[in-house]
Amino acid sequence: MTTEETSCDAPELSAEQLKEEMLKDYPSKTAKKRAKQMVVNDPDAIPEIGANSRTTPGLITQRGCTYAGCRGVVIGPIHDILHITHGPIGCGYYSWLTRRNMAKSVNKGDTNYLQYAMSTDMLEEQIVFGGEKKLKQAIQEAYDIFKPKAISIYSTCPVGLIGDDVHAVAKEMKETLGINVFAFSCEGYRGVSQSAGHHIANNGVFKHIVGLDDTPQTHPYTINVLGEYNIGGDSWEIDALLRKCGIHVVSTLSGDVNYEQIKNAHTAHLNTIMCHRSINYMAEMMEKKFGIPWIKVNFIGADQTAKSLRKVAAFFESKELSDRVEEVIAQEMAALKPVRDEVTARCKGKKAALFVGGSRAHHYQDLFKDMGMEVLSAGYEFAHRDDYEGRAVLPNIKVDADSRNIEELTVEEDPQRFRSEFVDKKKRLEDSGFTFSDYNGMMTEMKKNTLIIDDISHHEIEKLIKLWKPDIIGSGIKDKFVVEKMGIPCKQLHSYDYGGPYAVFTGAANFYREVDRMLHTKVWQFVVPPWQKTGANGAAKPRYAPSKDKREKANEAWKKNAEAVEEAA
Amino acid sequence: MRKVAIYGKGGIGKSTTTQNTVAGLVEMGKKVMVVGCDPKADSTRLLLGGLAQRSVLDTLREEGEDVELADIRAGGYCQSLCVESGGPEPGVGCAGRGIITSINMLEQLDAYKTEAGDPLDYVFYDVLGDVVCGGFAMPIREGKAEEIYIVCSGEMMAMYAANNISKGILKFAQSGVVRLGGLICNSRKVDNEREMIEQFAKQLGTQMIHFVPRDNDVQRAEINRKTVIEWNPECPQADEYRALANAIDGNDMFVVPKPLQMDQLEKLLMDFGLMD
Repeated sequence: MTTEETSCDAPELSAEQLKEEMLKDYPSKTAKKRAKQMVVNDPDAIPEIGANSRTTPGLITQRGCTYAGCRGVVIGPIHDILHITHGPIGCGYYSWLTRRNMAKSVNKGDTNYLQYAMSTDMLEEQIVFGGEKKLKQAIQEAYDIFKPKAISIYSTCPVGLIGDDVHAVAKEMKETLGINVFAFSCEGYRGVSQSAGHHIANNGVFKHIVGLDDTPQTHPYTINVLGEYNIGGDSWEIDALLRKCGIHVVSTLSGDVNYEQIKNAHTAHLNTIMCHRSINYMAEMMEKKFGIPWIKVNFIGADQTAKSLRKVAAFFESKELSDRVEEVIAQEMAALKPVRDEVTARCKGKKAALFVGGSRAHHYQDLFKDMGMEVLSAGYEFAHRDDYEGRAVLPNIKVDADSRNIEELTVEEDPQRFRSEFVDKKKRLEDSGFTFSDYNGMMTEMKKNTLIIDDISHHEIEKLIKLWKPDIIGSGIKDKFVVEKMGIPCKQLHSYDYGGPYAVFTGAANFYREVDRMLHTKVWQFVVPPWQKTGANGAAKPRYAPSKDKREKANEAWKKNAEAVEEAA
Repeated sequence: MRKVAIYGKGGIGKSTTTQNTVAGLVEMGKKVMVVGCDPKADSTRLLLGGLAQRSVLDTLREEGEDVELADIRAGGYCQSLCVESGGPEPGVGCAGRGIITSINMLEQLDAYKTEAGDPLDYVFYDVLGDVVCGGFAMPIREGKAEEIYIVCSGEMMAMYAANNISKGILKFAQSGVVRLGGLICNSRKVDNEREMIEQFAKQLGTQMIHFVPRDNDVQRAEINRKTVIEWNPECPQADEYRALANAIDGNDMFVVPKPLQMDQLEKLLMDFGLMD
């Protein structure tokens, strides 16, 4: 497909027709299953979507494994504990520095182990005779070299198959070494996607780290930012903005966070959730045990950032704080306005489609909206129905065998540390219309007749591009190049390619410029696929290849230059 | 070389029957290797006169990659050749994967020959219990074993296991060369045992290749760490094993089994199992 084809007028297909087009090439059983995961949106009567179910074998999916969700997403960014992958070397190697979750040491003597990939490098011998002994050795060796505060162990598929008891090893080494050692049964096959790994990680962090340090907060306005992983430096921007407003972040889960901060997280006044999918378990468990209420925020997009800041300020019921927040919003918006206006003039009316993550496909719509762009279609890789339809559907979600496979922790009120004053405050605020535990999902905020596609396949992306002709796609590395080969720019919203930060006002400016650049670069017009014959004699020839004349001139200039260099030598 | 695997319910007497039969074959002058596929590594005790053998996996672990055939294979009764695959301690690791590793190792070491380099007449795989997972099915996958004998008795659970193993053979027979050679009835002296197993074999599409009567001489020989033939070549039980060895040597009935439905199996027991 060339740019010419994508820009020509095509018959306008409705969302329902596009869905039919996508499904018609599938075998009937697959089509039936996929049909449930593709719905035409109606924000006034949200339809039910199929989500968090197994991917049909044969479809090219974007999803990752449970190990990736646990080690890669949720715990991996904690930078001063050692992460040891128990398994064959590939799992450890290919999860090494791939998510661009940045971290830096703040004080002298602080450590940052994120550059290291540690693995037990299981071989045939450990598969046959068991790997516990080698795991113990690995923990000892890592401890001897680095003397970390804590060590975290991740199980890969074969560990579960042969039944190594990683938890017993962790317990034993915790006693031997006198530091915190804990393990995760996050074997890749445990769930239908990385989502299972998020849940397992939440359980482990809650059980083994949160609440170990009761030092009370002295700052009047303290929050945790949950589900923010500092991709491309996002959480640094969020921290800086909140600091400007006079709000203190106790811990971020888990972008640029250290072990001590998580130990102390339960002393904050409020939990704010960015990525609902990957971290809502933690917020729920912390509320049950410590009484801390939680609210959903979104620091992606200027308008949403302002809204989120106002909500946090409202929670603290302080005029001083609210005034300060308004002041900061006004300043930031004013600083952002010139670039926002400039790109909006060029990008207004352009169309985007987003297929990414468990919250990003929702949050990034707000950045596109800031620029006057439209979102035609969106979907998550691994989210559940509540992330699409809102938490109101939670009681109606059928718990299938795959979900039952993941442990639900039984959490009770901590008799000493539960803060009942929060319960009263929550009640009072709710009576005045403030909402807690309040995620309404992506679909409520999308237009009527947009197409929502869960766990999209490459085939469906191709159909979408051919038939609905979006101007830009936001997704991940697995489909980036498929999309770009079709002449459409693709922004990776997991890793931000090489860019970012995109959070809050400062990040929004980066994103506007980046999208503007991608939409208006001429590079796509230079792409002529080798099978497309455009030369006069039928030979393949790129449209913008330099003429023979120009090539000869360039060669001569190069030669002259080489000679000059030689002479000078 | 005929490649034989012996399966059957745990405790049915696979190792005892295998070794006594192999004794019969080597006495006839056949060149035979026995490969024990059980982590307990006790499949060659009677041929070797005790648990004298270092297992393939232990050797692999201790010597690293530098393993020689002489390290893992020992000569037993009447020039029989004995190998124990071995495996992890109970409750750890993966014994099934161990068997895959160890058979691959034997192939790499070119172990399917006599010490003088002559071709073998037989290799016997003595496999732990039921076909429990991919590893234990290894000998019947990819043509490692081509003929299977199932040791069973007239007891319900032994027949049930035999039927289950037949399902495993059926699965691999469809894609490979493995065939069922027959049932060996290792008698437990239950009612109508011979007739019942003959009928069971017939329904499976195979034969009862031999009926081994129950005899305390087997136990006496085992206590002496010997096969019956070595311990007392003149006793009647020795002749039973010679007959079994002969029957296997002359066997030409190799079938794809037709496993029974549960109700067929129960009917069989009803028809034969009750004396009145």
